[in-house]
Amino acid sequence: MDASVAVSCRSVTKDFGQGESRTKVLRGVDFEVNLGQMTFLVGESGSGKTTLLSVIAGLLDATAGEVVVLGQPLKRLSNHQQVVFRRTNLGFVFQQFNLLPALTAAENVAVPLLAQGLPRLRAIAKASDLLTSLGLGQRLNAFPSQLSGGQQQRVALARALVHEPRLIVCDEPTSALDAATGRSVMELLASFAVRPDRAVLVVTHDSRVFDFADRIAHMNDGIIDRIEQQQN
Amino acid sequence: MNFVALKMLTGDRAKFLGLVFAIAFSSFLMAHQSSIFCGLMIRTTSQIKDITDADIWVMDPETQYIDEVKALTDNDLYRVRGVSGVEWAVKLFKGVPRAKADDGKFRNVILLGVDDASLVGAPRRMLLGSLADLRQPDSVVIDRAGFYFFFPNQPLSIGQHLEMNDHRITIVGICEASAPFGTFPVMFTRYSQAVNFVGRERNSMSFVLVKPAAGLTTEEVCLRITQATGLKALESTDFAWKTVLYYIRNTGIPVNFGITVMIALIVGTVVAGQTFYIFTIENLKQFGALKAIGVTNLRITGMILLQAFVVGFIGYSLGIGMCSLFFDLTRDIVHLRGFVLLWQIAGGTAVAVFFIVVLASLMSIRRVLTLEPAVVFRG
Ligand SMILES: Nc1ncnc2c1ncn2[C@@H]1O[C@H](COP(=O)(O)OP(=O)(O)OP(=O)(O)O)[C@@H](O)[C@H]1O
Ligand SMILES: [Mg+2]
Repeated sequence: MDASVAVSCRSVTKDFGQGESRTKVLRGVDFEVNLGQMTFLVGESGSGKTTLLSVIAGLLDATAGEVVVLGQPLKRLSNHQQVVFRRTNLGFVFQQFNLLPALTAAENVAVPLLAQGLPRLRAIAKASDLLTSLGLGQRLNAFPSQLSGGQQQRVALARALVHEPRLIVCDEPTSALDAATGRSVMELLASFAVRPDRAVLVVTHDSRVFDFADRIAHMNDGIIDRIEQQQN
Repeated sequence: MNFVALKMLTGDRAKFLGLVFAIAFSSFLMAHQSSIFCGLMIRTTSQIKDITDADIWVMDPETQYIDEVKALTDNDLYRVRGVSGVEWAVKLFKGVPRAKADDGKFRNVILLGVDDASLVGAPRRMLLGSLADLRQPDSVVIDRAGFYFFFPNQPLSIGQHLEMNDHRITIVGICEASAPFGTFPVMFTRYSQAVNFVGRERNSMSFVLVKPAAGLTTEEVCLRITQATGLKALESTDFAWKTVLYYIRNTGIPVNFGITVMIALIVGTVVAGQTFYIFTIENLKQFGALKAIGVTNLRITGMILLQAFVVGFIGYSLGIGMCSLFFDLTRDIVHLRGFVLLWQIAGGTAVAVFFIVVLASLMSIRRVLTLEPAVVFRG
């Protein structure tokens, strides 16, 4: 496999349900995500983008086909190994931010480090440094409810980056935000997340931010039917 | 991750307090009702417990408990005295005559008539007066609660008179007696006088109190008495238990207290379990995010258990605290005296709370463990 490939999917299918109600959501996806790039996954609602993202992130098992992430075939990992793999190699950004409301911004960002077993104070110190460089140095001890949507998404972004994962997956990171805020979050994502040894995969509807993509994969009814290279 | 669990728990004040109060309330009810129950049962044995001079009670073989006795004869007393291993044996009268104050106030009282010569069985805790004065004619010692009944709002004092079966009797002493089950005043007098007050001469001996000879076990002497006389001879603690068991078997008291305790347990479990489960369900998205980020199931189980046990511990402490505060505040109220929070009950309540907490968290743990982390991407 090419060393510049972060994710490779071969004939990946995913069915939900049993018998009569069985639906094929992914119908043979062939797809690659490259290191050092921001790849967008776009397509109509219901086309299977979130499902594919979940399969790549190891949150759902594929029904058939092969998914290799950072050289590791996911099928070969036990449940526990999958959890460990995720916490070392993946960063997540969600549409609804999914911050823990009872934790401060810095504590939220520290969660992936705590999950890895880092002592609390060191984890929070590291998280605070990162938040400061993302421009939230004044709001380290604010709770999510005291932050604007854009600020919350920046905290979520910091949480996805803090443990320096090699693959970052984002599902609709800007669709809960207004246009300007969405763009500024994408700018931070482009400048902080994209590195030569890291891949960023973004699922989005939001055509306002397509210009941030290096590659755009179009999903249609469970398959990827077109890939565009963007010239930046 | 433990501090994350604790912050999640306390983050929602209202729900946190709801959980704590559910546990506190049910701990309080369980501990309080059990304590009152045990207190009542202990009260049935007050007169047995208060007589510390003798170790063995001898009675008619059919006797079931202390409050219903068939009289023994003087001959029985002599036969007991003749048993080898008996150091001494004395008679005890126990009856429930009516006493009347000068203002017409009357009550049945527990009258204990103790051996004329030795005064064995007389009260040990005198508050006022002297036991020796029992040797005066028509004299009694009355317990504090009884004094307050006949002479309300008066300071404890001796020299007052009461009337009993046309005898004018004089209070020569005031003692502290363990609260009796039936809340009757307790009076002590000499055996010969008690028989007079009640108005019956013959066959008035309720019990024979026995001291075993040195070097012999109480059981051994009990056995010898029974074999030699055919009477029932019981160690005081055994007689106390026999009395308690009689009340447990023959009154609705244990059932009714038992029902309250069960309800406290069930309501505690259901309310705490449900609140905790709802709390978990509402935080499901957060647990999903933690699972996606890579927190193991084991860790999440630990977090939920920690949350549940913290709630259990705080709730239990509050509940038990309220319960002991209650008994502390009511300690000096005459008719509530003697009720205490037994350590056995505090321990039992802790076990019950542990059970509630485990049950409450099991459902939540199950729900979170079966949660697909992919839910984090759903809106
Ligand atoms: N757990 C599930 N069980 C059954 N069907 C599911 C499940 N998850 C997704 N689906 C179905 O799979 C299809 C694709 O869903 P998916 O969320 O991947 O689409 P999407 O492209 O992300 O859409 P959107 O743009 O609206 O987020 C939908 O028809 C959805 O109903
Ligand atoms: Mg989607």
